[in-house]
Amino acid sequence: MLKEIIETASRGRRLDPDQALHLYEKADLLSLGRLAQTARFRHNPHPVATYAVDRNINYTDICVSGCAFCAFYKEKEAPEAYVMDRETLNAKCDETLSLGGTQILYQGGLNPDLDLFWHEQQVAFMKNKGLHVHGYSPPEIVFMARKEGLSIHDVIQRLKEAGLGSIPGGGAEILVDRVRQKISPNKASTSQWLEVMRNAHLLGLKTTATMMFGHVETLEERIRHLLTIRELQDETGGFTAFIPWPYQPGKNTLSGRAAGGTTYLRTLAISRIFLDNVPHVQASWVTQGHHIGQIALHFGADDMGSTMIEENVVASAGIKNRMNRNEIIRLIETAGFKAVWRDTLYKPVENGVKAAQ
Amino acid sequence: MKTHPSITPFLPDNVLSRIADPAVQAMGEKLLKGERLEPNDGLACFNTQDLIGLGQIASAVKQSRYGDKAFFISNHHLNYTNVCENKCGFCAFHRDPHSEDAYTFSPSEAAELIARSPVADLREIHLVGGCHPDLGLDYYTDLLKALTGEKSALKLKAFTAVEIDHMASKAGISSLDCLKRLKEAGLSAMPGGGAEVFSKRVRDALFPNKINADRWLEIHGEAHSLGIGTNATLLFGHMETLEERVKHLFRLREQQDLTKGFRAFIALPFHPENTPLAHLPGPTGVDILKTIATARLILDNFAHIKAYWVMLGLKLTQTALHFGADDLEGTIAKERIAHQAGAATAPGLTRKRLVEMIEEAGLVPEQRDTFHQPI
Repeated sequence: MLKEIIETASRGRRLDPDQALHLYEKADLLSLGRLAQTARFRHNPHPVATYAVDRNINYTDICVSGCAFCAFYKEKEAPEAYVMDRETLNAKCDETLSLGGTQILYQGGLNPDLDLFWHEQQVAFMKNKGLHVHGYSPPEIVFMARKEGLSIHDVIQRLKEAGLGSIPGGGAEILVDRVRQKISPNKASTSQWLEVMRNAHLLGLKTTATMMFGHVETLEERIRHLLTIRELQDETGGFTAFIPWPYQPGKNTLSGRAAGGTTYLRTLAISRIFLDNVPHVQASWVTQGHHIGQIALHFGADDMGSTMIEENVVASAGIKNRMNRNEIIRLIETAGFKAVWRDTLYKPVENGVKAAQ
Repeated sequence: MKTHPSITPFLPDNVLSRIADPAVQAMGEKLLKGERLEPNDGLACFNTQDLIGLGQIASAVKQSRYGDKAFFISNHHLNYTNVCENKCGFCAFHRDPHSEDAYTFSPSEAAELIARSPVADLREIHLVGGCHPDLGLDYYTDLLKALTGEKSALKLKAFTAVEIDHMASKAGISSLDCLKRLKEAGLSAMPGGGAEVFSKRVRDALFPNKINADRWLEIHGEAHSLGIGTNATLLFGHMETLEERVKHLFRLREQQDLTKGFRAFIALPFHPENTPLAHLPGPTGVDILKTIATARLILDNFAHIKAYWVMLGLKLTQTALHFGADDLEGTIAKERIAHQAGAATAPGLTRKRLVEMIEEAGLVPEQRDTFHQPI
């Protein structure tokens, strides 16, 4: 059975969830890597791997969601709780621009004191500075909709009109409600997450999709997550990239141990093989470090993600991997690929400078 | 040369035919016919863009010998001194004798440390230090005797060829006589350190005071003649060329053809922190996997290829076990040398953690002794 599934995948035929599960459970690491590599070159025939230069801005760490895996959030009264003011935002934008960055990954906690008007102004401010705003994961949008009494569609439309350029795929964790009930019961449900992405795609906003694996989910649930993404992509075509990463235990309540290097590479590979309709798969050097982050380029990833001028969420769990642009380029090139700087929508950045969208 | 089981069952047509790089594919065909690789094959391994293909061939060789097994040992690394007169350019461990943080353990202090080892079921002490200007041969023999003591199950893997050369010349005896004395005192095996890169160019630049390649190989040959099994290493990713790496592997293979006493090869990725070469980035993950896979393919007469977790990190070690490595060293307890150079791993791992890590990688852990026999 394994042999037939490998043949099917080699020919680029779509796998059903049972086949994918069997492949994931039975195939050796390098067979998965080979299939993922084949799939990767089917999507992106050139030996090119991309990277982005952007900055994470977390506008607040106050969050009422209280997810068990999170080491970032604070309660409103906590001494280190913050809401980013305009001067700080301005300084971070200026620094990003001075480093050649063209985009901001703009996310924050579910903070009931911030209204949609405040968000619209912040987005417009960044947009007016010439930056592409890749912002608001689905749980933030669901939270805003509930707070404002608006539909998800209308919230996205207003943010888009304010200048939002695309939406990050965070907060997906595992899109199976059994799992979400356990690790993030107060956050957007599977159907709400999908509703945000469907509406964003219909409104012409591209998004990414993520998977945080290696906590309470089963392998079958990981595959179900991939299937959910693939089905929506069949419908809308709005996902640009898929980004899997392992849950990082640290200063949170979920504890446990982080998935190891081989689990990461296997999961990355099965994602590339199964998601035959998503153009790009990103390596997670932030969670994996430089070594596995680079090796991921041979296990289905075609993108190294961002240099992340600032990263706070994974760092708060005690994981501190850093990388500058030259280092990313060196890793891509010594892995045997041409390094290409891209924007949020995966278009090459010409000559290293590019006006924002 | 000892014949090995055929790799054919582990490198089936549907795998070989999908290897993207023709040079790597040709190597696979050579190995299927039982032919030995040549230096240009070694270079092709390093220059390939097909990391997976290279790994598949190396892994087929590993699997043909050991199936899904991955070996480890309950051991303790003990560095009896950090005083060393060699002052190598890649080293962050050595100290001058009068430096504030210089230390030398007396035999009884060393024995005390081992008595308090956190490692249960301890099987081996890995004992290396530096070229200390003042210690006599009696110190080393006393040290070995103090460490074996009553515990017959405990084996001593001690002293690199560099230390052997140093202590023999200080004592005014031949290295062969020195090895005989050490063997009588309890030496069971020798580690593979001090080989660095067998290149005069690199040696002159980075470690001019250290014994040269011929001498390192001579001492290992002598140890082999006395029935002392040894390991071999390659310190890579600093200023050596790929040709020099390949040459290094071929010199080891030639020596092994002659004296047959090498047990394991360990590729040591250079860690630049706190060394005079701190400006270098150190080898990448892809480079490390290629080096391990290439060693497996060229060193066809070496039984074991180690993925040394201290220097690789746990994630890469798991991966390396699928790129030709079959052994990941051991519990170690207290590693100092790589950690002085910025290794970010723990100084030791519990046996439980090693087992979990191997099982997560889809392999079967097997505890071994110093002589690579199962326990």
